[in-house]
Amino acid sequence: MNDRPLTINQTLSIVRRPSPNFLKATFAVVWKDLAAEFRSRELFSAMLVFSLLVILIFNFALELDIKTRQSVTSGVLWVTFAFAGTLGLNRSMSVEKDRGCLDGLLLAPVDRAAIYFGKVISNLVFMLIVEAIVLPVYSFLYNINLFQPGLLLVVLLGSIGYVTVGTLLASMAVQTRTRDVLLPILLFPVAVPVLIASVKASGGFLTSADFASEIMPWINLLIVYDVIFTAIAFMVFDYVVEE
Amino acid sequence: MEPKPIALKVLDIISVILLGTATYLALVFAPTEAVMGQVQRVFYFHVGTAWVGLLGFLLAAAAGIIYLVKKDVKWDIIEVASVEISLVFFLITIMLGSIWARPVWNTWWTWDPRLTTAAITELIYIAYFMLREGIEDPDRRARFGAVYTILGGVSAPITFMSIRLFRTIHPVVIGSQSAAAQGGFSMTGGMKVAFFFALFTFTVIFIDLFWHRIRLGTLAAKVEQLKLNIMN
Repeated sequence: MNDRPLTINQTLSIVRRPSPNFLKATFAVVWKDLAAEFRSRELFSAMLVFSLLVILIFNFALELDIKTRQSVTSGVLWVTFAFAGTLGLNRSMSVEKDRGCLDGLLLAPVDRAAIYFGKVISNLVFMLIVEAIVLPVYSFLYNINLFQPGLLLVVLLGSIGYVTVGTLLASMAVQTRTRDVLLPILLFPVAVPVLIASVKASGGFLTSADFASEIMPWINLLIVYDVIFTAIAFMVFDYVVEE
Repeated sequence: MEPKPIALKVLDIISVILLGTATYLALVFAPTEAVMGQVQRVFYFHVGTAWVGLLGFLLAAAAGIIYLVKKDVKWDIIEVASVEISLVFFLITIMLGSIWARPVWNTWWTWDPRLTTAAITELIYIAYFMLREGIEDPDRRARFGAVYTILGGVSAPITFMSIRLFRTIHPVVIGSQSAAAQGGFSMTGGMKVAFFFALFTFTVIFIDLFWHRIRLGTLAAKVEQLKLNIMN
C-alpha cells in the first residue's frame, strides 16, 4: 500500500465507489429473486390464489351488497393485501434460510443493507403484482371503480411501509424456532399505523371525501411511516443477520 | 448465590407501606367526586400504573438502543425487566380503566387512541416474549429483542397519533381538555394529594420490582452459562 497522502481525485473516487456497488448489489439480489420466481412461480401463484380466496370469503362473511360495499371495500382490500403480504414475506425469507442461501448472501463482499434493500424491492414487486391483479378482479366482481390515481398512490405507499417492516421482521422470524407462525404476530402490531392510514386514505378516495382534510393527513402519515421505518431497518439490519 | 441486599429488603417494606397508604388516600382520604361518585377513585391507581407502564416502555426502548451499541448483557437484562413489569402494569391500567369506563362511558371498551394504543402495546410486548422464547442462542435473542423493542417503541407513538386523527373521548385531567372528552373533572386539594402520592408510590414499587427482576435476570444468565459449560 502507498503511504502518500491521497489526491482529491483519488479520495473522491474512493468515497464514490460504494454507491454504484451498492446499487449493483441491490439489483443483483432483486434480479436473483425475480429470476427464481419467474422460473418456479411458487410464491406468486400462492399469494394470488390466496388473495382471491380471501376476497371470496369476505363476500360470504360480510354480505357485500351495494350499501356495505361503499364502506368496507378499503378494509377488505387491505386485510387481503396484509395477509397475502405475510405469506409472501415468510416464503421469500424461508427459501433463503432453508437451503443455506442466506449464509451465501451474507458472505458476499457487499454492504448488508444492499441485501436488505434487494429483498425489500423484490418483495414489493411481488406484492404490487398481486395487487395489480386483485384490484381489477375486485372492481370487476363488485362493480366498483378502484382505478383512481390517488388510490393507486395509497396502495403503493402502504405496500412500501408494510414490506419495509415485514422484510426486517421476516428475516428475524426465520431464525427462530417457531418461524412462519411468528411473522404475523411480530408484524401486525407494529404495522398497525400503515394499515389504519391506508384503510382511511383508500376509504376517503372511494367515498370521494374532501382531499385536503380527510385524505391528506393519512397520506402524510404513510410517507412519514415509510421514511422512519426504512431508516430504522437500514440501521438495524446488520444486527439481525449478524452471526 | 449472593444474599438479598439489605437496601432491597428495606425497599420492599417501604413499597408495601406506601401501597397501603396510597390505598387509604385513594379510597378514604380523597373527597368523593361530585358527578361520577365513588368510581372516580379508580383514577388514582389508573394513572399511577399507566405512568409506570409508560416509564418501563421508554426504558425498554432506550435499553434496546444501548444494547445494540454496547453489546453488554446488562442492558438486555434491563430491557427484559422493563418490558415484563410494564406489561403487567399496562394490563392493570386497562382493567382499572374498564371498571371506570363502564358507568362513566357506559361501555367496558371503546377504540379510543389511548385504549387502542395500550392494547397494541400489550400485543407488542407479548410478541416480544414469543420472539425471545423461540431463540436459543442468548446473544441472538438479546439482539432480536433489542431490535423489536426499538420497532415497537417507534410504532406505538405513531399508532397513538394516527388514531388521534379521529376523535377522542378519553378525558385529559392534567393539561388541556378536548371538547369531546367525557368524564373529565378538575382535582381539588385532597384529590391532588392522593394523586401525587399514588404516582410516587407506583414509581417506588416499579423501582423495587425492577431491582428484583434484574437480580433474577442476572441469576438466569448465570444459570444459562453454567448449563452451557456442563454441556460442552
